[in-house]
Amino acid sequence: MKQSLWLALMAFSLPLFSQDDLLKELEQSEKPKVEYTSSTFKGSRLVNGQTVEAKGKGELEFIFSHRFGAINSGSYNLFGLDQAYVRLGLEYGITDHLGVGFGRNSVDKTMDGYLRYRFLRQSSGARNMPFTVTAFVNGAIKTSPQELPPGSIYTDRLSYTGQLLIARKFSPGLSLQLMPTIIHRNAVDKTKEDNDLLALGIGGRLKVTRSIALTSEYYYRMNLKDGNQFRNSLGVGIDIETGGHVFQLVLTNAQGITERAFIGETTGDFFAGDIHLGFNVTRTFQVKRKK
Amino acid sequence: MKIIAILFFVLSGTWCAAQKLTAERTFVSFFSKASIEDIKGENTKAMSIFNSETMDIVFSIPIKEFEFDKALMKEHFNEKYLESEKFPKATFAGKVSGFSIETNGDQNVTAKGKMTIHGVAREIEVPGVIMMEGGRLIVKAVFKIKLADYKVKIPQLLWKNIAEEVEVKIDFVYKNP
Repeated sequence: MKQSLWLALMAFSLPLFSQDDLLKELEQSEKPKVEYTSSTFKGSRLVNGQTVEAKGKGELEFIFSHRFGAINSGSYNLFGLDQAYVRLGLEYGITDHLGVGFGRNSVDKTMDGYLRYRFLRQSSGARNMPFTVTAFVNGAIKTSPQELPPGSIYTDRLSYTGQLLIARKFSPGLSLQLMPTIIHRNAVDKTKEDNDLLALGIGGRLKVTRSIALTSEYYYRMNLKDGNQFRNSLGVGIDIETGGHVFQLVLTNAQGITERAFIGETTGDFFAGDIHLGFNVTRTFQVKRKK
Repeated sequence: MKIIAILFFVLSGTWCAAQKLTAERTFVSFFSKASIEDIKGENTKAMSIFNSETMDIVFSIPIKEFEFDKALMKEHFNEKYLESEKFPKATFAGKVSGFSIETNGDQNVTAKGKMTIHGVAREIEVPGVIMMEGGRLIVKAVFKIKLADYKVKIPQLLWKNIAEEVEVKIDFVYKNP
């Protein structure tokens, strides 16, 4: 009696379970695919420097960056707000992985152009790749002072940067990035610096809500000569995203926004209050449809 | 006796399997109409099985495979709204009523079952059409999904960009063995 009751129960419950079993069967029949990680960072800038993120194909990003004077410059300068440096920039996605950009920063009236290429993408599933790696190269020219100082030639104004950006998204909320960097300056004060500067950057992002994240970035310079008066750059920020805009509010001891300036020529001491409030505001336009 | 029993199970197994039709081509799209912009997502990577014996139908849609006109739409769709890293798939497991494999031509049917999107499961009932065409079985359905039902939150700032209700279209083609 008991047995037949069980049987009857099973017979009745079977139709209920069969759909879920069928769903399981469907999911098991799926071949493993390469699952690429996306959105390791919100935008192309971490604080001052670059992230692994490339623009999508046909996307044009307008980047307006802005750094006020030092907070410790006193009430006479309204805590730095009286003085501001700006970088206006554009970046375009030629493919989903290759981007080109240029900009002009009012610090030393510097113009810069760059290429970024994402050649490895973090993935799981059929192919396990722990990191996303992007190569970044730029060339920059200081156009200030207007007259070349005596004894120097025009190419003395040039500098070049090569960076490997290596990032991992550990979870939807946490991403970390390492940035080995080399910067070549055509002309430097040889008593205090070499032409080539090696630096290692480290940075990260911690998501607070789905639209707000905390970021930080630090560049450690490795081959320093005695008497080098510059400091390592440090920055922290908040990313706020609204639709097509990303709004980054940053605090940093660097005032320049090109690699040479903020990695190599930061003068401020963060912990003595030489902190510059700044913004990076980006607006993305899709100028070419994906299809 | 034992052999007969085994034979029976093996044979009945294959007989059952023959009723399970696997989709060879799938197309899922959704359309959001709002005052500022229309958003359209299209996906050809869904998988489905239809059991024409028990009328069970299941499908599974990988969220990351939706393609959009703008790269930023895809990013926001995955990152902020559907949270595809946490909830990689939308699934449906249900039963079709009103279908007979013997009948030719278009048949109006209803599918009733459990739809899971964004980790939220809901019982739904949707009308659809099943067609038999050249040895193939085609299932089509159009229905509306309310984002709030599946806890997909739209920030107030973007109410004008994203509709509260989106229209979903599915089109599955099964090989009829």
